[in-house]
Amino acid sequence: MNPAARIGGLALIAMLGAFAARAQIADADRKSGAAFMSAQTQEMQRDDGANPGMLAALDGESLWNARTGGAGKSCADCHGEAQTGMKGVAARYPAFNEASAAPIDLQGRINLCRQDQQKATPLAPESRDLLALSAFIGLQSRGMPTAPPDDPRLTPFRERGRALWSQRMGQLNFSCAQCHDDNWGKHLGSAPIPQAHANAYPIYRLEWQGMGLLQRRLRNCMSGVRAQAFPYGAQEFVELELFLAERARGMPVETPGVRP
Amino acid sequence: MARALVNVPAKVKRGDVVEIKVLISHPMETGFRPDPNGKFYPRDILKSFACTYDGEHVFSAELFPAVSANPFFSFTVVATQTGVLTFSWTDDKDQTQVQTAKIEVE
Amino acid sequence: MQQDHPSEGASRRAVLTGAASAALIAVSPAARATMSEMDEAIRAFTKGAPIKQGGVKVDIPILLESGNSVPAVVSVESPMTPADHVVKVALFNEKNPLPQIAIFTFGPKSGRAWVSTRIRLSDSQKVVAVAQMSDGGFRMGMIEVIVTLPACAEER
Repeated sequence: MNPAARIGGLALIAMLGAFAARAQIADADRKSGAAFMSAQTQEMQRDDGANPGMLAALDGESLWNARTGGAGKSCADCHGEAQTGMKGVAARYPAFNEASAAPIDLQGRINLCRQDQQKATPLAPESRDLLALSAFIGLQSRGMPTAPPDDPRLTPFRERGRALWSQRMGQLNFSCAQCHDDNWGKHLGSAPIPQAHANAYPIYRLEWQGMGLLQRRLRNCMSGVRAQAFPYGAQEFVELELFLAERARGMPVETPGVRP
Repeated sequence: MARALVNVPAKVKRGDVVEIKVLISHPMETGFRPDPNGKFYPRDILKSFACTYDGEHVFSAELFPAVSANPFFSFTVVATQTGVLTFSWTDDKDQTQVQTAKIEVE
Repeated sequence: MQQDHPSEGASRRAVLTGAASAALIAVSPAARATMSEMDEAIRAFTKGAPIKQGGVKVDIPILLESGNSVPAVVSVESPMTPADHVVKVALFNEKNPLPQIAIFTFGPKSGRAWVSTRIRLSDSQKVVAVAQMSDGGFRMGMIEVIVTLPACAEER
């Protein structure tokens, strides 16, 4: 290698270093996705009488109290009033699950409860009932800080999620970080690029005209960069969710959020 | 059928013009949306909505597919007496659902 | 190349134009209301009566982040008394598959001729509100809005 090439190589490494350093959003600069929406959409989220996500949360409340499955038990039979028993719970997920020795997200937890305690069939990804229960349980943490557990057993999974966040993928060859860490606040077409904090799920998305969970959004982003999306429930998604929870640590839960 | 969220201020003064909010869970399928096979999903909308106050008409609406999924209406009523607001909506199959809310006038 | 094969270029253009107009014919009557369809729908609502401009306000953000749920507030200047009130307000659009959006009916008990709702707009276009007054007269207001599309393609 000639000296000029070597210098060039060093400069490139230095540049990439600077790029990487800029990539992490400082705590003081973190903004919820809501900060990038129009005043009208913000108001739609803020007003419980106008937020369609509250319809899902109401459905979730009925499901919480409904006895189901072979055991004929309701969520409330074990957990009592969600308003007290579920306070802050959604803010702590994903969490480590001893039985599988792996992290599970809130939806995984709901379905484990259904299988083991209620003797009921698991709820399908993005199904109405899973969205409703997630919205209702999430609502009990609204306003509380996102608080992923300090559990060392989660670390290797979260680090894989972090790596995935920065990994280029798809025909467009973009990573999550390139849009949401490096270019947030700029625009794609007329749409502002948000920081992609996962503190409002499940959300009512105007584009969907309905509710959706974080994995639906992640799949949308993957198809947006023309990548083959992971299937619902994939370990990779739970790892990304773990990383995103850490990235949003301390940001208040907004569930049920409204997004364009 | 559909679930609805009705928002009426709990206590109001006589003569106040009060804002009412209604949010109804419904897909409002337009009939113009193609399915993966290129056919259209059949139309399924709420075609009307009405609000009465102790039986007297306050506000009503005839709806078309251009009303968003999960229809939202906010409108006003003059609070004249303690009474019952009745909300009703009817879909394409002529099924009607009714929900009521009390309004207390001081 | 065009000089060498003028007829080929012309015929290709003709084919392209033909294809484009065939597509337009296939799309326009069924899939979107035309300006005249909106006018017709308005005429059906007023039964041909003259419409005065003004006194009707359509409040929609001019730049919309989604056409699926567009916040729309319509208000009409009126004392809303038994003698002088707004009877109906109809909302129309230019480019959706159907020109009608909703027809609202008020009464003196409404207090105000005011409604806030959410509508669908398939494209950037005009939204027109026509109010029928208790004296049988009509008034109108309108707004022109821009509907933007989401940046990233999504799976369907």
